[in-house]
Amino acid sequence: MKFLLIEDNRDLASAIISRMRLDGHVIDHAEKLSDAAAFVETGEYDLILLDIMLPDGDGRDFLQQHRASDLDTPVIVLTARSQVSDRIGSLDLGADDYVTKPFDHAELEARCRAVLRRKSGNSKTTVEIGGVVFDPVAGHLTVGGEAVTMRNRELRLLELFLNAPGQIFPKTKLADRLFSYDEDVSENAIEVYIARLRKHLSASNLRIITLRGLGYRLDRDE
Amino acid sequence: MLTLIGGAAVLALLLFFTVRNYAVQVAQQGQDSILEASAKSMLDAATIRDGVVELDLPYSAFSILSTAADDRVFYAILQDGNFLSGYEDLTFSDSQTFQSDYIRGSGVRKISASRTLIGANRRTELQIVVAQTKDALSETLDRISRNTALLGIGFFVLAVALSFWATSTTIGQLGKLTTSVTRRGPQDLSPFAKPVPREMVPLVSSLNSLMGRLDQSLSQSEDFIAEAAHRVRTPLATVRSYAEATLQRVDKEENREAMRSMVKAIDESSRAAGQLLDHAMITFRADHLERDEIDLVDLVTDLVQRMTPIAEMKDLSLKVLGVPRAPYSGDPVLIQNAVRNLIDNAMKYGPAESSIEITVSANPRPRITVCDHGSGFPSSEIGTLTTRFQRGANAKDTIGSGLGLTIAQDVAMAHGGGIELENQPEGGACVTLSF
Amino acid sequence: MRNLIVLALVFLCHAGWAQDWEDQQIFKEAQATATLRIISSTDTDLFAPLIEAFVSRNPDIAIEYLVTGTADLDRRFRRTPDAFDIAISSAMDLQFRLTNDGYALELDGVSHPAWAQWRRSLFAFTSEPAAIVINRAAFDGQPIPQTRQELIEALRARPEVFRGRVGTYDVRQSGLGYLFATQDARASETFWRLMEVMGGLDARLYCCSGDMIDDLTNGTIAVAYNVLGSYAEARAESQDVFEIILPSDFPTTMMRTALVSKETGEPEAAQRFIQFLVTYQFEPTDVTRTLPPLHDRENGTERATIALEPTLMTFLDALKRDKFLTEWENALIQN
Repeated sequence: MKFLLIEDNRDLASAIISRMRLDGHVIDHAEKLSDAAAFVETGEYDLILLDIMLPDGDGRDFLQQHRASDLDTPVIVLTARSQVSDRIGSLDLGADDYVTKPFDHAELEARCRAVLRRKSGNSKTTVEIGGVVFDPVAGHLTVGGEAVTMRNRELRLLELFLNAPGQIFPKTKLADRLFSYDEDVSENAIEVYIARLRKHLSASNLRIITLRGLGYRLDRDE
Repeated sequence: MLTLIGGAAVLALLLFFTVRNYAVQVAQQGQDSILEASAKSMLDAATIRDGVVELDLPYSAFSILSTAADDRVFYAILQDGNFLSGYEDLTFSDSQTFQSDYIRGSGVRKISASRTLIGANRRTELQIVVAQTKDALSETLDRISRNTALLGIGFFVLAVALSFWATSTTIGQLGKLTTSVTRRGPQDLSPFAKPVPREMVPLVSSLNSLMGRLDQSLSQSEDFIAEAAHRVRTPLATVRSYAEATLQRVDKEENREAMRSMVKAIDESSRAAGQLLDHAMITFRADHLERDEIDLVDLVTDLVQRMTPIAEMKDLSLKVLGVPRAPYSGDPVLIQNAVRNLIDNAMKYGPAESSIEITVSANPRPRITVCDHGSGFPSSEIGTLTTRFQRGANAKDTIGSGLGLTIAQDVAMAHGGGIELENQPEGGACVTLSF
Repeated sequence: MRNLIVLALVFLCHAGWAQDWEDQQIFKEAQATATLRIISSTDTDLFAPLIEAFVSRNPDIAIEYLVTGTADLDRRFRRTPDAFDIAISSAMDLQFRLTNDGYALELDGVSHPAWAQWRRSLFAFTSEPAAIVINRAAFDGQPIPQTRQELIEALRARPEVFRGRVGTYDVRQSGLGYLFATQDARASETFWRLMEVMGGLDARLYCCSGDMIDDLTNGTIAVAYNVLGSYAEARAESQDVFEIILPSDFPTTMMRTALVSKETGEPEAAQRFIQFLVTYQFEPTDVTRTLPPLHDRENGTERATIALEPTLMTFLDALKRDKFLTEWENALIQN
């Protein structure tokens, strides 16, 4: 995925960028609206993350101009303002969704996925590996030609493994990605999700290996 | 109005009695002075010759007593207390100069005057008593009373007419002003430009200046809330994002635990700050409630659509149930905020892979019920849960302030409704907003 | 007059209510139910036509008309006010005092000008000047005096002609004479000079106008001073003997007045009579009136007319009267 982040706060921007890159996304950063316009003209983006309060103007003005152009790149607004007063304005001006700062990165990801799923239409962003076809945006998994119904957490777990095949994920790291910080998650819960995912993938060439004391790893049967 | 008329009547009566009383005095003084002149002229005509009193009664003594009302006249001439001539039955009791009396069927006013005559070998005291009926006096008084009564009535009528005129113009203008103030929406704080009578200019200008200050402080408070939110949230967002990113890279478990605590703390404080700000904004909007025609089903559907990504993260499903349409006149921002808080709560307490049902009903009154399948409210605390900052005893480990329910209750009450908490028999909490 | 029965009863000497009236007559229609007793100082023949007219229009009311002198009238009326229903007199001062003293009834139903009434109780109905009446024979070839001063000069010029042949009221007996004399005295000092002249000529003194005019007619006297012009005129129409002079220096005009007794038993009939009387005498009419009419004050005579007001009581004061009569006697009775 290719994102454009328009955010004047550099600290926040770099935190978002580093977090996004961990998930394997490509992300460009614009600090001003004028820079953002140049980025939009030159590169094709799957999604734009837009801050409202920018040094050279209001993000909503950019949104308006963007909607007036032919581009239909979906936009998620990052707002620090009250949800009450900004919600209507942002959505009416054509934002596809918004998140309120500070945000749970998982929530941002979920919203991005939801927006992309609505917007993508026919364009496929599928991954084919080891006898499975996986569309992370649509949340579809096909194993051996058969569609598999997955829960959200199972889907995200699979996505984690597919983004980094061969990498060892400790249980706590997986828990941090699957659960929000306010949930009290036992390691047993991770084991439940790993077990479900193994069951979904049983007909494929993909195997989740347990490395005792270290964590889990996705392997592919040759 | 009645006070004005009553006041005018009292004033008119006061005017009548004051003028009449004064007229009585003046008229009586007039008669007294004429009587005195008559008596004096008689006394002046007295002489003593060879020890005998002669009194050549002057013509003028009687001519000045002639009145238009043909008043009767009585007089008596006495020497050392012995009757000489005139009317023997006319007496004068004591030293008082003027007296009122009743003689031969008529009320009279009488005067006594005396003079010492000194002859060759004796002194003698000559006393004159003159009395006159009071017909002319009463006629004068009657006339004055009539005129004064007319004056009083005229005054009363004029006063009533004036007060009618004054109140109808002033109250009328005030009424118009009141109507135009009342007709305004709560957001309309522009000054009044309609022309008003000069007397009301200070009132209107102070009203306008109040409106101006109110407008300023209101927009300042709106701006302030927005600005405060911005100032607090942006740095929190930065720290949180860093913490999360760091968490992904750090492998050492105690460091990871520290980072998790940090993110938790940030979430808790940012949610608290957010809800405080939301609550301030809601209180503000509830005080200036603006109603739009909305469909509660549309509103809830929109909200559910937006909240679905978060619910999905927890493998929760949001279901909208109930009537297909529920038209209502209310503030959509407030109602959505209230319902969002309820769904937030439900998502916090609802177990994973369960569902949250949002039911909209239209009759007998619009209601929105949010039910989860969690552990439900502690039955002992149902009554106090909506008090600000109260949290359920079983929610120790769940992030979120108790403001969610308070906000929902404030919104419901601002719309003339209320909030009800109950536990479902098969488990789970239900919160119903009624409007 | 066809239904009118005039009963003329002359009581020369009558026992019972044996007052010696100068005249006493009853005017009555057959169906009369009420009788008004009128005590009057006016001769019956002057009043009769008016009473007859009244009785013919008010046949239910009979009139008993009693004639006496003004002073006697005042005295009798004060003594027995319940014996009379109406008092009519030429002595304005006495009538006024009767009213002032409360003997008169207020009549609210009578309409009459304010100047011609007092307290709606005393009503004036004639205007009669005091006249100098002379026997033409005595002034044959001499200028006729037009003022009191001219009369004084004429008397002084020919005392031999006028000695014992001038007459005037005995003001001690005649109320009207006293009224005229006091009004004259008030108006001018000429009065006293005239009295002195007349006193010097051994003036004859009369109780009543009628007697004086009788003596004037038969030549006993040549000059009568302060005679009622109306009485003289009543005779002058038939006789060409004397001339009536209204003094042009200060004429004195008297108004005859009527009042209703406060103790009358017939207040309604009395009021009808008074209203008839004042209307008959004041309204312009073609009827030949035997009594002189009441002149409106607007046509010039009011200056000399004695006003109905409290000043009328001035000369009735005992002290004042004594003083006046003393002076009068000193002037007129010189021997």
